[in-house]
Amino acid sequence: MNNTVNSQKMKKNKFQSFLSGSKNQNDSKEAENKKDGYSQVMEKKDGRRGALKKLTLGLMAGSGLASSCNPLKGDKSLKKAELNWEEFFKGNYKLMTDKEKQATVKRLVTRYEEKTGDHLNMSCSNAESNVLFGYAFNISKCRGYMDCVNACVKENNQDRASEMQYIRIHEIQDGKGLNFEEADDNYYHEIPAAGHFYLGTQCFHCDNPPCVEVCPVEATWKEKDGLVVVDYDWCIGCRYCMAACPYDGRRFNWATPQVSQKEVNKNQHYLGNRLRAKGVMEKCTFCIQRSRAGKNPACVDACPTGARIFGNLLDPNSEIRWILENKKVFRLKEELGTEPKFWYYMD
Amino acid sequence: MSIFKQMITGGLKEASSGSRAYHIWMGSLTLIMLIGVFCYYVQLDKGLIVTGMSDRVSWGLYISNFTFLVGVAAAAVMLVLPAYIFQDMDFSKAVLIGEGLAVSALVMCLSFVIVDLGGPQDAWHMLTSSFNFPNSMLSWDVIVLNGYLFINITIPLYILAMRFQGKVPDKRIYIPGVMISVLWALGIHLVTAFLYQGLPARPYWNTALLGPRFLASAFAGGPALIIIVLSVIRNYSDYSIEDKTIRKIALIVTGAAQINLIMLFSEIFKEFYFPTHHAESAIYLFFGLKGHNALVPWLWTSVVLNVLATLMLSLHRTRNNFRLLYFACGLLFFAIWIEKGFGLIIPGFIPGPWGKIVEYTPTGIEIGVTLGIWALGCFLFTVLARVGIAIETGRLRSRST
Repeated sequence: MNNTVNSQKMKKNKFQSFLSGSKNQNDSKEAENKKDGYSQVMEKKDGRRGALKKLTLGLMAGSGLASSCNPLKGDKSLKKAELNWEEFFKGNYKLMTDKEKQATVKRLVTRYEEKTGDHLNMSCSNAESNVLFGYAFNISKCRGYMDCVNACVKENNQDRASEMQYIRIHEIQDGKGLNFEEADDNYYHEIPAAGHFYLGTQCFHCDNPPCVEVCPVEATWKEKDGLVVVDYDWCIGCRYCMAACPYDGRRFNWATPQVSQKEVNKNQHYLGNRLRAKGVMEKCTFCIQRSRAGKNPACVDACPTGARIFGNLLDPNSEIRWILENKKVFRLKEELGTEPKFWYYMD
Repeated sequence: MSIFKQMITGGLKEASSGSRAYHIWMGSLTLIMLIGVFCYYVQLDKGLIVTGMSDRVSWGLYISNFTFLVGVAAAAVMLVLPAYIFQDMDFSKAVLIGEGLAVSALVMCLSFVIVDLGGPQDAWHMLTSSFNFPNSMLSWDVIVLNGYLFINITIPLYILAMRFQGKVPDKRIYIPGVMISVLWALGIHLVTAFLYQGLPARPYWNTALLGPRFLASAFAGGPALIIIVLSVIRNYSDYSIEDKTIRKIALIVTGAAQINLIMLFSEIFKEFYFPTHHAESAIYLFFGLKGHNALVPWLWTSVVLNVLATLMLSLHRTRNNFRLLYFACGLLFFAIWIEKGFGLIIPGFIPGPWGKIVEYTPTGIEIGVTLGIWALGCFLFTVLARVGIAIETGRLRSRST
């Protein structure tokens, strides 16, 4: 039912944009793209639509029947099966309408609550207009305390078993320049070590991201506010993006991530720190669950030295803009043309 | 339809009967496949953590074998060109075998890609409008490999179906298909090379020579395998293959192997004449980097075998001695399997983007799955070749004729 309503709406959108002329071509394309998983398949060709829809309805009815025929299985398990079915066959988040986004978030929250009995907040907030997030890192101030790394792991529910970390802090010897080859990004000693300086890397949220280009299923993309995100439920785990990233910005779940129940951060965003499954890619999202709520990413707030600056590049009064305009800033591997939104500077 | 039914039942009968050696061969392949299935089950259950791959080396044995086998698949069909276009009927026997080999290699390729996926249950996402074509080279690869598989199933199927009924296949029907498949063969290999070549993040792969080198090594390794296969068929079946055919294929192998060596030399020169940061992967591969040298013995084995085989092939005396020819082809095939397999994929990830070196060693599970897929390919090829030969030699015919 939902599908028909949506597709009707889509047609209306298309029709409106047709009326309003060619300048809305992009909008209409977007509207056309905003389809649910079934319809993404089915409405590719109009002729196939009807037949496939009937087929899916038949399958749904069949599976429903199968479980309702079993007297031992109650109403609850039927609902659970239905929910799992809808989750498995949902579409790409990138193409969902707001309604569909809310529906999947609701399903995910229900599933978590039924499984654990714990409550969960999950947002599906969209990018705000006139916002483009950027980041600056003060090499002179970083002392290598790694508070950012720990805050990041906690905030973003990263796998504790493999000690997954989005941020790497490189300890580099003074006088060596930016010599990453000889840097130590896994140090275990008292810091700051004499004769060394520290520099952090993470996903740079490139404006021209090669990882997005190579994904065969558009499971990773750049949001309007510049955040490069992953739909963990749409990723097929081919790891092509990982090979394409020149900055070591991506992490893969080689096994089911382990986060103990009481440590789970329950303020989540669909594109951010919600719990991941095994076999999917993840990465820094500039803490989308925080940044879209007007807060700083966890690493920025955790930094004891003030080496990390985050803000809206389109706001002329923001601190990040002040740094870009008044400091000698640079970016890493600029020759690759990836246009990172992550700048370094020194005092 | 009844023709196909007869063909399938007749084919199954043909494939399931044979000498004791044949049954032992098929039985051991089945056993290896079952072990592979078990290993894959473990991998599905636990995740890719059971492989040797990591965030630093994120592609391993699976993608290496995939890359190598795309070459085998592409090369097998390049034999089609002289056979059909130049009316060289003798050669066409080799072609039927070649297309069977292409189908088996493609099935192995697709299997290797699927076992490498973190979420194979979500592979249907490629069938939606989210399919990132034409931006992602991987989506190109999905299209060209499946298209190539389709072409290489339909052409031999048509020819065999006609022969099965005792009719002569119509050239106007299959020649256009053959032409498309030859061009397509170039396509699948270039697209697969572009998959790596298009990544500026990995300087080792980001070279314009990669595509052409893929082609050269494929046209050496693929036909080398065909020569070995033909020698086995000649000895173990009633299908006669003339010396002339094998000599011609040997010439193709020789030319391709020579060109491949020239390109290898050119790459070595570029990497080592004035080594830059971007040469570190090659340094790792050839000499080891900062005490890490897992690939060094493999690489040198490959280089030595490559040079030795090319030399043996280039000298008329050794090339025309069939025993030595088979030996040289075996060496060449193995050398290219190393070179185009993990000798190409693994160094792309070493050192990592920030200079970190983490080495890769495949695990038992990974090797089990890999062997299982190779067994699947051998099994499939044996069945295809047996049925194909039975129809070609006229042993298997439709009842109506």
